[in-house]
Amino acid sequence: MWNSRLTTAPFLAAGLAVCLGACGQSATPARTIIQVKGSDTMVNVAQAWAEEYSNVAPNVEVEVSGGGSGVGIAALIRGTIDIANASREMKPAELEQARTNTGQEAREFIVGYDALAVYVHKDNPISEVNLELLARIFAEDGDVTRWSQLGVTLPGVSDDTIVRVSRQSSSGTYEFFREHALGNRDFKLGSRDMNGSKEVVELVGHTLTAIGYSGMGYATPAVKMLPLAPSGGGPAVAPTVEATLSRAYPLARSLQVYTLGEPTGEVRRYVDWMLSAEGQRILQENGYVPVSGAPAGS
Amino acid sequence: MTDLHAPPEQRAPRRRRSFWAIAGERLLETVIRLSGISAIIFVLLIFFFVFREAAPTLVSDSFSLREFLFSVEWYPTSASNVRYGILGLIVGTACVSGLAVLIAVPFSLGSAIFIGEFCGPRLREALKVVIELLAAIPSVVWGFIGLTVTSRIVMASTGAPVGVNVLNGGVILALMCVPIITSIAEDALKAVPDSYREAALALGANRWQTVRRVLLPAAKTGLLAAVLLGVGRAVGETMAVLMATGHAVHIPDGLLDSVRTLTANIAAELGEAPAGSEHYRVLFLTGVLLFLITFVINLAADLVVRGVRRER
Repeated sequence: MWNSRLTTAPFLAAGLAVCLGACGQSATPARTIIQVKGSDTMVNVAQAWAEEYSNVAPNVEVEVSGGGSGVGIAALIRGTIDIANASREMKPAELEQARTNTGQEAREFIVGYDALAVYVHKDNPISEVNLELLARIFAEDGDVTRWSQLGVTLPGVSDDTIVRVSRQSSSGTYEFFREHALGNRDFKLGSRDMNGSKEVVELVGHTLTAIGYSGMGYATPAVKMLPLAPSGGGPAVAPTVEATLSRAYPLARSLQVYTLGEPTGEVRRYVDWMLSAEGQRILQENGYVPVSGAPAGS
Repeated sequence: MTDLHAPPEQRAPRRRRSFWAIAGERLLETVIRLSGISAIIFVLLIFFFVFREAAPTLVSDSFSLREFLFSVEWYPTSASNVRYGILGLIVGTACVSGLAVLIAVPFSLGSAIFIGEFCGPRLREALKVVIELLAAIPSVVWGFIGLTVTSRIVMASTGAPVGVNVLNGGVILALMCVPIITSIAEDALKAVPDSYREAALALGANRWQTVRRVLLPAAKTGLLAAVLLGVGRAVGETMAVLMATGHAVHIPDGLLDSVRTLTANIAAELGEAPAGSEHYRVLFLTGVLLFLITFVINLAADLVVRGVRRER
């Protein structure tokens, strides 16, 4: 299984680490392991946090795995992890499940902001889109299937059918896009559903006729981010830090971590550290917008 | 076991065996018998547990088997209108596996005939080792090759907008099937008694005539078994097709369109489906369907093999 394979590895590693720690140096205090799982959008920054945190608190080991926000939240509800990363908010039904399953309230911390960028190939002449157009391209009843319908001529392309690049359904990005760009309508069948934020950008970068959505932190030189206008008119806004913070960009969202109940001990310290200046600097380095607002030095 | 049916005077004089020797033999016999039937037990248990997870959907009111089998609309997590139609996935599986078998069978039968009948002993040993090595490559590595290497080649040579498509998946799956079909087919050819070859030679047949008129008909059942095992591998393979086919739910327009297969769909979605939810059960039902497909293939193979035997 794609997901469970990925997720057993850290458990094994954790088991090994416990064994090595216990067998090797009995003098040092026992290591604490924090299990983090969830959003693929946040997996890069979560890894960076985990690596940096091993310098801050050498006795704590943070194990990070992805799988999608839905996977992380499901694991939190089962009580198998300490922290769930989510690029969408927990739904009322999920909060209820967590309550009945574990007897604890899920506690939310907003750790940063992200803009969901719309990517096209760098040679695509289109200059901006609006939310309605996105819905006509991506939604089930949308009528736009060719670039020529948008008045866009692609150089050297015989078949200008739009290749829609989407995400697998466990992804928080998928659900956020469905809710905010498609108004909760379903996606048109036949989109390429990628298993990660990076894969979306990679495929778009290789395909002249493609359009896809992914976190703004994943931009590469092979793609361009399209400025996006809100539905019902208004100027198109590029996905910048300022536009994300002011929410002028239509697909801006918060990134959150969830714990079961009010976190204590090492988990509490870890979450506090994410929100500290140090943690927020790392978040910003990974291409996201810090919660504290004023972006330092950009 | 001693030969009890021989007349007493011909029996070897029996040494009295100790109690432990007899007990040991009995124990070993039981163990071997158990391992023999364990395969049946495991298959039944697997089917039972998969079916048990899936069964509640079959009787639920919101679920229609007809929609499940004949609708393309697969929206398991829709916010407004949840639909479970797997026709697109079935077609995806059929396209990728079918293409893989079409590519793999001529190549592997050809190489089996070459290894078995035409090449010298040293080349034969080298080829067999390499083919076994090919069989030992993990499927995730094949998927990786499909994602990064062959998809680029497919894009460059066909001008397809997306490299991860039916053709790419079919080529990767064919590469995975070739070693299996080749080694079993080669064994089947080897099992044809040498007297057949000698008789053909004595009648003045050349090598090609021997292969075509004598060996292939004689090894027919074994070759068919080899091909069907290849089909089974192609239908059941998950990791490689998950990475190499592009993961798009729809009925493909052609060889250069992306698809999603039944197996890849289960692999991608089971992790997020809450245990016991309808989505989870429908995924298990897909598993039951896959089980039935392989069962029918094997049964068909068995019937064909029996039919061939009866003709002789």
